[in-house]
Amino acid sequence: MKPIIRVENLNKQYKLGGEQRAYSTLRESLIETARKPFKIFKRGQIEKTNTFQALKDVNFEVQPGEVIGIIGRNGAGKSTLLKILSRITEPTSGRIELFGRVASLLEVGTGFHPELTGRENIFLNGAILGMRREEIAVKFDEIVAFAEIERFLDTPVKRYSSGMYVRLAFAVAAHLEPEILIVDEVLAVGDAEFQKKCLGKMDEVSKTGRTILFVSHQMGTIAQLCERTILLEKGAVVMNDKTNVVVDYYVNQNKSKASSYTADASAAHREMYVQSAAIYNDAMVEQKSFRHDEAIHIRVKCAAQRIMRNAELRMVVKDGRSITVFTADAELNSLRENSQAFAVEYTIPAEILRPNNYSLTFALFIPHQLIIELIEDVIFFSIFDAGTKYALSEGLDYGLVFSPCETSIEEIV
Amino acid sequence: MSLIVKENPTADVSLANLKGAPSEYHLPENPLTVIKPSSGWVSLNLRDLWQYRDLLYILTMRDIKVRYKQTLLGALWAIIQPLFTMLIFTIFFGRLAGMPSDNIPYPLFAYAGLLPWTFFSNAVTNSGNSLVGNSNLITKIYFPRMIIPMASVAAGLLDFLIAFGLLVALLFYYSVGLSVHILMLPVLIVLTSLLAIGVGMWMSVLNVKYRDVRYALPFIVQLGLFASGIITPIPENWRWFKMINPVAALIEAFRAACFGKPFDWLSLAAAAFLTVAILFYAAYTFKRMEKSFADII
Repeated sequence: MKPIIRVENLNKQYKLGGEQRAYSTLRESLIETARKPFKIFKRGQIEKTNTFQALKDVNFEVQPGEVIGIIGRNGAGKSTLLKILSRITEPTSGRIELFGRVASLLEVGTGFHPELTGRENIFLNGAILGMRREEIAVKFDEIVAFAEIERFLDTPVKRYSSGMYVRLAFAVAAHLEPEILIVDEVLAVGDAEFQKKCLGKMDEVSKTGRTILFVSHQMGTIAQLCERTILLEKGAVVMNDKTNVVVDYYVNQNKSKASSYTADASAAHREMYVQSAAIYNDAMVEQKSFRHDEAIHIRVKCAAQRIMRNAELRMVVKDGRSITVFTADAELNSLRENSQAFAVEYTIPAEILRPNNYSLTFALFIPHQLIIELIEDVIFFSIFDAGTKYALSEGLDYGLVFSPCETSIEEIV
Repeated sequence: MSLIVKENPTADVSLANLKGAPSEYHLPENPLTVIKPSSGWVSLNLRDLWQYRDLLYILTMRDIKVRYKQTLLGALWAIIQPLFTMLIFTIFFGRLAGMPSDNIPYPLFAYAGLLPWTFFSNAVTNSGNSLVGNSNLITKIYFPRMIIPMASVAAGLLDFLIAFGLLVALLFYYSVGLSVHILMLPVLIVLTSLLAIGVGMWMSVLNVKYRDVRYALPFIVQLGLFASGIITPIPENWRWFKMINPVAALIEAFRAACFGKPFDWLSLAAAAFLTVAILFYAAYTFKRMEKSFADII
């Protein structure tokens, strides 16, 4: 089938510094122009322009009606790609062919004027997005209903809450009828209910045969919405495949799988620091996944120029959603003041943590005074179910810890 | 401010309302848009501009509405500016300095010059700052950028029309009979607008790159007030000056149209020629720079 979007060898380079500064003054430019003739004599030298390659040889095609996710870390080039696709900035080289009209929603409320009312902004925004006035008039009621702002239609949008702002912006864009819709992370704002509604709308839109390019950091949303996903890394396409394949790859690559920690040289200047940390089972074998019914030992080695008074070493156990499960502190006052190295061992008894993924954070600190060192999420481990009655219904949330509750039952006569 | 989110029945059935839903959208043979680095000559792409004509209208309306939102006097400001300048000119230049005014009552003479000048200078200032002022649009969305400075000029036309009402009143007050020359007014207004678009567009491009423009513009406008024959007519033997300053020629023609005096066709032709030349030069520069706006603004 013929693609609706064809991207070929797309490159985008930004010059850092040099002539293309954020903006220059006329004087600088005049001086630069005056100098130019003399530069010829310096040809031998290599031009020292700092360039930044935002996109590197990007190639892909999109079929009509597809919903494509674009993921990648910050700075991977997602926004640049969308900006080029929506003709805001132009590529340095390469070519894009678009076989349909494009509407892009790169930021919530683009083109809204704070002084104008909701009603006026619907027309303004619609026109900016390329709609004709009659087209907007036809869809007006639908847009207002979708955004749920009936009561505030004649209030200047500067008095809107951010939620109302987003709803109105999305509503206008969703009622556009382009063949290609480009959406960048707009759903991050707005309440859960509205997010759901937006996703539903986008789903609908794609079912009518329109093509959507969707950038998000929320893997759940991507997985829900997109059949295919493109993973960008440092400006290049590293993966372009079925969404679940790409998301799996991305999530796992993203997660530091470290089961031990070793300080780098930069830590050595501190008076006290964590030199290494590792996690073991009962047999003192290093590992990163544990049965729910075995104890976990964490051994932390620290180095010090001197032992600071009242210092403590804290270990924080967090779950995969960064929720703190518990904190354990070790007071270090029992050490001789001139000790150069020491080790702390923590033991988490068996059947405390429920099957899940966890991370460990360490902090050397003096309570209420000073944080000497804080190393966050440096060790990751998981606990698997080796046969509890909950194993049968895996995936349900039974909490983070095994219940220490004692239960007693009596019949009341 | 919080809102109770309720399920909305209309949103769920909106699929059915999607008229012309492109489920049977047939891909065109050739791409609608090809995005590639621009090189060499650029086309003005007036077709694109025409497609977005609604945006021009809406941005113009936006500029007008926003200007007088939360003001006490509103559109009266359109009259206040030229009126008070006229009063001051009348006192200092008309009475105290006794400047010649072509046998027209000085207040009328000054106002008829200040009217197009105020329009022109405001239009150039506003459109010169318009791109930078709308940087949020430029970095977020595509549309022909030329619309922005154009809308700024168009928004000034309303002020001009309001202030024109006062000129009509003054003409009656001083019982200056209207002549057939008044028919030239629309032509002159169009020429002045085009000149303002040309200069404003050019300034707006420079402003994207060199913020000096923001500081230079008010200064240039101030100089222009004295160099465009507003305070006193340009002397006969200075005709060459009207040939190189289209604003002076247009203002003189504007007065001639109002007071039924003979037109200086040669200087008017020169002004028309310069207007078109400036307009094309500005449009070309604009188009050439347009694609890098988002990167450097």
